[in-house]
Amino acid sequence: MSDATETDERIKEISRLRQALIRPELGGIVGTVAVFTLFALFAWDSGMFQSQGVLNWTIVSAQFMIIAVGACLLMIAGEFDLSVGSMIGFAGMMIAVFGVVLALPMWLAILITFAICLALGALNGWIVIRTGLPSFIVTLAFLFILRGFTIYIPQTIERKTIIGGIRDAAEGDWLAPIFGGKIGQPIFQWLGDAGVIAVFERGSRTGEPVVDGIPMLIVWAIILVIFGHVLLTRTRFGNWIFAAGGDPEAARNSGVPVNRVKVLMFMFTAFCATVFAVCQVMEFGSAGADRGLLKEFEAIIAVVIGGALLTGGYGSVLGAALGALIFGVVQQGLFFAGVESSLFRVFLGIILLAAVILNTYIRRLITGER
Amino acid sequence: MSDPIIRMTNIEKHFGSVIALAGVSVDVFAGECHCLLGDNGAGKSTFIKTMSGVHKPTAGEIYFEGKPMHFEDPRDAIAAGIATVHQHLAMIPLMSVSRNFFMGNEPIKKVAGIPFFDREKADATTMEEMRKMGINLRGPDQAVGTLSGGERQTVAIARAVHFGAKVLILDEPTSALGVRQTSNVLATVDKVRKQGIGVVFITHNVRHALAVGDRFTVLNRGKTLGTAMRGEITPEELQDMMAGGQELATLEGSLGGTV
Repeated sequence: MSDATETDERIKEISRLRQALIRPELGGIVGTVAVFTLFALFAWDSGMFQSQGVLNWTIVSAQFMIIAVGACLLMIAGEFDLSVGSMIGFAGMMIAVFGVVLALPMWLAILITFAICLALGALNGWIVIRTGLPSFIVTLAFLFILRGFTIYIPQTIERKTIIGGIRDAAEGDWLAPIFGGKIGQPIFQWLGDAGVIAVFERGSRTGEPVVDGIPMLIVWAIILVIFGHVLLTRTRFGNWIFAAGGDPEAARNSGVPVNRVKVLMFMFTAFCATVFAVCQVMEFGSAGADRGLLKEFEAIIAVVIGGALLTGGYGSVLGAALGALIFGVVQQGLFFAGVESSLFRVFLGIILLAAVILNTYIRRLITGER
Repeated sequence: MSDPIIRMTNIEKHFGSVIALAGVSVDVFAGECHCLLGDNGAGKSTFIKTMSGVHKPTAGEIYFEGKPMHFEDPRDAIAAGIATVHQHLAMIPLMSVSRNFFMGNEPIKKVAGIPFFDREKADATTMEEMRKMGINLRGPDQAVGTLSGGERQTVAIARAVHFGAKVLILDEPTSALGVRQTSNVLATVDKVRKQGIGVVFITHNVRHALAVGDRFTVLNRGKTLGTAMRGEITPEELQDMMAGGQELATLEGSLGGTV
């Protein structure tokens, strides 16, 4: 045996720079820098980096972030949720049904919707745990079930697939502004007066800044990213999430309540989807049966760009947030740059592939997997 | 010597019509390494599962620190201080050593009433415990996947010891290891024994057993063939007892006594 001070001569000294670079988020960081550089070069004059443009791609990125945080934690816990997109549509429709059709107070409609969606998330998790089926299949079933109800319910009671009037119903409500409101108006007014950001020059709003506050959607995204990151890296429960996804059997042998962790993560994913849905219906003022289509895949792509392992046990919430940022910036940036918008998918595919190749390489360095 | 930590007498375990254990008696003292030898199918696994609370014996008695004991499930055994390091290690390769070390027992630090995972404490303890076992980690955040098989065994053993094991059951810890790694694990067993922990070392490799064992019990066809003290028995005798005598003898000519 070697004595305590001797080190293994086969372990090479790792430089600090290399150590700082080797982290799960590296793929996301490189991608973010690349995307911003690209658009700064090709779309600088387009208004993309003026207040309104920044708000535009920030909102889109924040939408991706909200669902990516849930998908990220769930994926690290070793499961998928393909029903996220349908859950968004379903939750929005529930708000409309309870708040507009049944004319309940908006706060009550929101709380009932959260309760229903969390219960559905728990049901997803419970079925996965009980049957031992892959969550891929179980949540694929829910993708269709929830989407079906989202179309069936408004058609049956209102004979249409879009229910409006949510903004009027939410007027004066205490809970609705937490999802649909804006914060920081005085700061933006001051910035507008100081000439830092653009102001309206004509019309009834002359002198008001073009961007008059930060939508709560962005605040929710930031709060959820911070919450998810702290939960994952700084708490006992976070360690259980890694363990449940890394090797459920080993985790159980060590006393980790794997089933509870997984069900709670399904519920958290449902919570994120519902936050997204409520913010969206408050913004649009209506709920549509086609809302949230394909969001589940966009969330998973953001998470994978962010360095998470599809098979669970490894990943980073900050990485997933960067993946969402890349997603939003590319989607809106191509529009600003005047590029044919169908090329969005081409760009996205290339970024996905490049980020995943880089991430796989980094992960091998960190974890020693072969 | 004082009383054994754990004494198991005439343990029988039947699975339906199959008699897996037909009267096995083993006792373990603090600070000794008791080797349990037996060929495949001898009942080693069934026996340690009985000891660690996975199986309930059909007949026979278990005394733990002098008192009769009935383990309802493995958690009872773990709570009493019986830790098992399985062949299938409870280690997650993707996670860091310190996260693995404290998996399920994470230290908590309260900040503003919110319980946070005390990473500094976890990291410091892990480094300290691993240093005691003679393994120098690059850092506590090094992933278990980058460790060798022997080092992983050592992490698992160090973890069991840290969390207060009185009896440590090692299920074939050396079976998949190279020569150097095996000697590292055997050295770890020796360190653990010196801390006053009773080690039950399950193996079918006589040389590994003789390297660290204080006493040797041979299991064959669900029965104990007897317990021998160190120095009372030769490797050849142990080998013959494990194999049941005759079959191996006929082979020995062609193998040149190398088994």
